Amino acid sequence: MTDITNSIPKLDAKDKLSGQALYVSDIQIDGMIYAKTVRSQIVKGKIINIDIPFLPEGYFTVSRQDVMHKNVVKIIFEDMPYFATDEIHHLNEPIMLVVGPDKSVIQSIVDQIKIEYVTEIGVFDDRDAPVAYSFKKGNPKKVFSKATQVIEMNYQTGLQEQAYIEPQGFVAYEEGEKVTLIGSIQCPYYVKNAIIDALGCEPNQVRVIQAAVGGAFGGKEEYPSLIACQLAVALKKVHKPIKLIFEREEDILSTTKRHPSTIHLKAALNELNDVVGLSADIRIDGGAYIGLSSVVLSRAMIAVSGAYTIENIQVEGKVLRTNTVPNGAFRGFGAPQMIFAIEMFMHHIAKETNQDAFAFRMRHLARQGDKTSTSGVFRDPIILEDLIRVATEKSKYHSKALAYSQTGIHKGIGMSFFLHGCGFTGSGESTHINAKVKLFKTEAGLVKILVAAVDMGQGIRTTLPKIVSSILEIPIERCIFDYPDTDFVPDSGPTVASRTIMIVGGLVARAAKELKETWIENKEQSVIKQYVQPDYIKWNEKKFKGDAYPAYSWGVNVVEVAVDPLTYQTKILNVVSVYDVGKEIDERIILGQADGGIVQGIAYGYLENMVAVDGKIKQKNLTDYIIPTALDVSKMSTYIIDNPYPLGPYGAKGAGELTLIGGAPAVALAIEMAVNKKITKIPVTPEYLMELMHHDD
Amino acid sequence: MMIKFTLNGQLVEVSSDPSRRLLDVLRQDFSLIGVKEGCGEGECGACSILFNHHVVNSCLLPLGNVMNQDIITIEGFKTTARYQAIEQAYIDAGAVQCGFCTPGMVMATESLLHLNPTPTDAEIRIALSGNLCRCTGYNMIVEAVKLASERGKGLW
Ligand code: FES
Ligand code: FES
Repeated sequence: MTDITNSIPKLDAKDKLSGQALYVSDIQIDGMIYAKTVRSQIVKGKIINIDIPFLPEGYFTVSRQDVMHKNVVKIIFEDMPYFATDEIHHLNEPIMLVVGPDKSVIQSIVDQIKIEYVTEIGVFDDRDAPVAYSFKKGNPKKVFSKATQVIEMNYQTGLQEQAYIEPQGFVAYEEGEKVTLIGSIQCPYYVKNAIIDALGCEPNQVRVIQAAVGGAFGGKEEYPSLIACQLAVALKKVHKPIKLIFEREEDILSTTKRHPSTIHLKAALNELNDVVGLSADIRIDGGAYIGLSSVVLSRAMIAVSGAYTIENIQVEGKVLRTNTVPNGAFRGFGAPQMIFAIEMFMHHIAKETNQDAFAFRMRHLARQGDKTSTSGVFRDPIILEDLIRVATEKSKYHSKALAYSQTGIHKGIGMSFFLHGCGFTGSGESTHINAKVKLFKTEAGLVKILVAAVDMGQGIRTTLPKIVSSILEIPIERCIFDYPDTDFVPDSGPTVASRTIMIVGGLVARAAKELKETWIENKEQSVIKQYVQPDYIKWNEKKFKGDAYPAYSWGVNVVEVAVDPLTYQTKILNVVSVYDVGKEIDERIILGQADGGIVQGIAYGYLENMVAVDGKIKQKNLTDYIIPTALDVSKMSTYIIDNPYPLGPYGAKGAGELTLIGGAPAVALAIEMAVNKKITKIPVTPEYLMELMHHDD
Repeated sequence: MMIKFTLNGQLVEVSSDPSRRLLDVLRQDFSLIGVKEGCGEGECGACSILFNHHVVNSCLLPLGNVMNQDIITIEGFKTTARYQAIEQAYIDAGAVQCGFCTPGMVMATESLLHLNPTPTDAEIRIALSGNLCRCTGYNMIVEAVKLASERGKGLW
């Protein structure tokens, strides 16, 4: 058998290249009409009157008056209405839909709708914290009281927009009592369950189908459920197929983004200048509704000590509620904020205590058998030192760091170490998700892979069939993986948290093995597998104690920059990355994830600048919100070192998010070297650098 | 108003408002869905088409401006030998992820290679800089353009 890592052509590449893949905006249904959302023009306040103009025949408004059951989007907390109530909590909150056959008529109706408000003052600080968690490891109190030195720093991270190139959208239609939604989504069952709740209907009256997804990065995890609920209610009123596609500006101004954070860190050092205690206060801005913020916060808190082992830890975390657009899932899910802070902090501690930063960080690396931040155990081999060795060699880190530390060079090189917990945090997989997958073999010997996982560009339409074909030893053309349709696929969970290959792929692999053993020619057969948590994994959700994840992927990024001494523009010169993702199911696909992830991660650190001032997001399109172009990207080299995880398919672990989370600290450390000033905030914009240069430390 | 132009090699006539965006005309009137809308403001390049063989954003192009001009979309281009070379190069380089930017990238690639069959790395980056891709980080696309240029000797 050939090595599973050997790349094969992506199975959906030709359809996408030739423009024939069907994204949601490409879907046409006879008699289809359109919808547009009317949004609040104030940040906070009350609606006192809505004046709707005369509606021509065939045009309707759909609002909370039409809600049949519940006006909340089912996420975790039931706090977000899909049609605003009388109370407005953020700018561009959806109030109603206008639907009808002609888009320009719809637009003129939207323009004529007059809403009167009583405006209130919004909250934009830390006054309102609906979620507060804390946990500890060891005895932080004791080590802090005995410390020879305590060092404190404060770090800040900004908003980041997913900026998938395909905006959000759905097509919705009715078949009898049943509503069907085809959408650009990551989680077909999240959408289905949200609609069941919204309509108060039976599960078999809702069907959700994935269209080709033009990028998601977390932005199509929970947000689409909101649009889907609105459309389901609209369908029940107008009984015609409806298409709703966001415009770019609407997408940027009203959908979820990466949570801004402030992270206050305190380290207790002993007489050897080792960190023996760490205390953290992490605050993330959830925006107006909690959504997934509590889960994002958990992941950030658990990542508190990054790739290091620190014996005594105290962590406090809060989700702040402010009158801004709600924030939500974005590749990395809380980890990029925390990894930025801890990587900068470790470097800053070393500087503060006149130690070599590299040696200092190496001394603290996590090792197999160590206790995790939540007092679980790193059970599997950790090969971080190997990754670091390859990264330093390939990037010539040490000689460059030496050369660039001279003044007047304006160049820098930065290195980040990081880990990412694969799959849902804590007992999520076993208590909330309970993934189920199915393989169905037809009489003719075609094997259908029935899972709810979505290909949004990360390649599972190729990698899942590849796993099945390789186990069954049948040609990949006979392994069929269509876009998931909840009428046919079991709930294998959402396409999030770097869980698809490791968890869903692992179950698919087990099902394929069973099918192989029981294979009977010319006969229909099916095999179902359900997730079972390995029994050594114990997690106490209340206390944040135990194994927060079944496995961890690891990475090292090295970024080299030049900073223009006059304009303070940063230019990326070179990037080297080394990862342990267990085992690559397809080398080219992993390298593609690596390139895309690190470019997003680095840009998060220095380029992508989004600010909300008093609840108003200042960047409203792709002209104002700058994401990298081909000109911003340097040479990038990625190296993967195998370290198979026994429960992953062929040893594979999570990969998608890992590749993003080390980018920001690596680029920030590189810039710090180039300008010789302490960086504590991302993005490191020219304006921020200018400020730093004109202030003496 | 009646607007005549050549679309994918065929002479076509559209009777419509000349201020309509070419993007909408192509998608709605001709069902050419390979032309994508990512931003509608000339930033992303997902709507790229060839206008007299130069890559142009069709979301910024009023229908009236294409009178008597030559327009090629991915649907017309995909029947050519050059497309075959570009397609294979994109597949081999791993340049396709979500695919939403891809038809536009292919049009930008064709436009570049038509003018400059052996571009340097820097020339490729400049030529692609009007097309945003959020998935790939671009280098595999740059690689694909190089591969197409090398393998497609004589095609351009
Ligand atoms: S849709 Fe035309 S440039 Fe983005
Ligand atoms: S492949 Fe997704 S935007 Fe380029």
